[in-house]
Amino acid sequence: MRRLFSAMVVLATLLAGCATTTQDNSSRLKRIKNRNELICGVSGKIPGFSFLKSDGSYQGLDVDICKAFAAAIIGDSEKIQYRPLTAAERFTAIKTGEIDLLSRNTTFTLSRDSLGGNGLTFAPVVFHDGQGLMVKKESNINSLNDLANKFICVGSGTTTEQNINDAFESISLPYTPIKYQDLNQVVAGYLQGRCSAMTSDRSQLAAARSGFKNPKEHIILDDVLSKEPLAPASDGQDQQLADAMRWIVFSLISAEEQGITKSNIDEKVQIAKNNPQLKPLRRFLGIDGGLGEKIGLSNDFVVKVIRSTGNYGEIYERHLGQNSEVPIPRGLNELHNKGGVHISPPFN
Amino acid sequence: MKTNQKILLQFGICIFLFILIGILINNLTINLLRTGLGFNFSWLFKPASFALAEHPLPYTSSDSYAWALFIGWLNSLKVIVSSLILATFLGTLIGFARTGKNSLLGLISAGYITVIRQTPLLLQLMFWYFVGFLGLKDNMFIQIKNIFNLSNQGIEFSGLTFSSEFLALLIGLSIFTSAYIAEVIRGGILSVPRGQWEAFRSLGLSESKGLIRIIIPQALPAIIPGLTSQYLNLAKNSTLAIAVGYSDIYAINDTITNQTGRAIECFIILLFSFLLLNLLITNTMEIINRLILKSQKYS
Repeated sequence: MRRLFSAMVVLATLLAGCATTTQDNSSRLKRIKNRNELICGVSGKIPGFSFLKSDGSYQGLDVDICKAFAAAIIGDSEKIQYRPLTAAERFTAIKTGEIDLLSRNTTFTLSRDSLGGNGLTFAPVVFHDGQGLMVKKESNINSLNDLANKFICVGSGTTTEQNINDAFESISLPYTPIKYQDLNQVVAGYLQGRCSAMTSDRSQLAAARSGFKNPKEHIILDDVLSKEPLAPASDGQDQQLADAMRWIVFSLISAEEQGITKSNIDEKVQIAKNNPQLKPLRRFLGIDGGLGEKIGLSNDFVVKVIRSTGNYGEIYERHLGQNSEVPIPRGLNELHNKGGVHISPPFN
Repeated sequence: MKTNQKILLQFGICIFLFILIGILINNLTINLLRTGLGFNFSWLFKPASFALAEHPLPYTSSDSYAWALFIGWLNSLKVIVSSLILATFLGTLIGFARTGKNSLLGLISAGYITVIRQTPLLLQLMFWYFVGFLGLKDNMFIQIKNIFNLSNQGIEFSGLTFSSEFLALLIGLSIFTSAYIAEVIRGGILSVPRGQWEAFRSLGLSESKGLIRIIIPQALPAIIPGLTSQYLNLAKNSTLAIAVGYSDIYAINDTITNQTGRAIECFIILLFSFLLLNLLITNTMEIINRLILKSQKYS
């Protein structure tokens, strides 16, 4: 009897313990450091962005962004626990605190960024994408107008669903969406002929097509239905983690602007140490200025990041470059001085 | 001493439950405060801005979220009621076959029940949809005199169209539930004393007549409660619609949660819509049960 009662008391205190951890209002940044592991939400199903390889490791642009965060925050780009999430699960996973941050082809929109909406906050865009449509070559469909009254396979719970609706409403043509929960089902529905077209971000269409039996029998239409700036996200209430994430992404872009790569980073550090007049480089690499401390990281976080993942251009080349499995032309994703839109604010 | 212990135990359990509920509510409030989301249902009346493939009532993407949810509820109701009827019909037939004297039929129905009950429903739904319906290629469709059309887009029957998503869900749910219903029916029939069988045979009634007029009426009171719980399971299982692209209330709720970020409110709506559906089923079954008991008393 007494044993039962004390067991209940112990259980109740344990539960109370659980409750107090969620009450902990300190920044997640501190908790990640204490845990010595970063919990990163990814997709795991999109080649080139985050994909589970046969050896059990995750690879892709989104995964390398996780690695950059882990390198900067913990100092080790391998201390990451990946959580594969569906489009519908991802925001709940952030809000419940199941994951620290999300690096999973998430489109940066007003509703998602605002407190009155999903209550997230976004790091800078890591990939500029746009929604497109893929059809079978033999179907003779060449534009959105040819798709009137046809079935279109869509992934549910994404901006994709709203964009396709807006596109058809603006040209006042009817269509029927067949909605599936994840991209694999959308692909299956399309390949099996349930729909005349499938719609998703053009990068995802290209990635999916790379796995088809006859990729050349499918074409991606020229119509681009939307801007899809994909960015990592975290809880909107946590300014400190958001700041750190923002400047880690900028450091990748800034490193490319300055020609700092994985192979020459140690050399650059030496040069900066020996030349006190190279002020901007010394600040960037954390020798002067104490910039890292201001965002809750070590001063040399940039060095750690570049050592483990290389700069933005190197990450892009590795996963989406011409020689990769999912080649996507850089287009908007070039640096601002090469015709793209990526630019980093100054590290001052 | 003994009564003291009992009181103490009950007191302890009460305190424990109280603390548990307190912690859960506390957790929810703290997390809601932390994320800056208060309770709010005003978003329900904003335009949904997504289209739906199936809607029993008029619906456009400029209708409100609330209307979209209601359409989803109707879609759920449609698939639940139709598979409920089909499952009962199939289940009864198989249940009879299982208890009947024909050993080949008995063997086949036992095999059916075993296979269907040992595999997950999700797998079966995927099978019916991706292999069963979408497996019918564009060019391969069956057409009978412009009245009946079967293709991978679904079935068209004298002006009425049923999408392949709806049909896959209907068939998957019905077949899955029918295996359980067959067992409930068999249990009910076996609960009738063997003497009753001997009695009607000695009166010269045929097997089928005896089964329908003597055995089934006595088995019904044992069958109805089991049937009710199978119907409730069917209603809840219908949420797997999302796997085959059918826009039921769960799938629409999912989209809305994602668009509005109102996860907790959406969960509450989902909870109540299912409560409503299941209360409908339970009460209807309760009425049927009472009618049967009443008719038996006076006969």
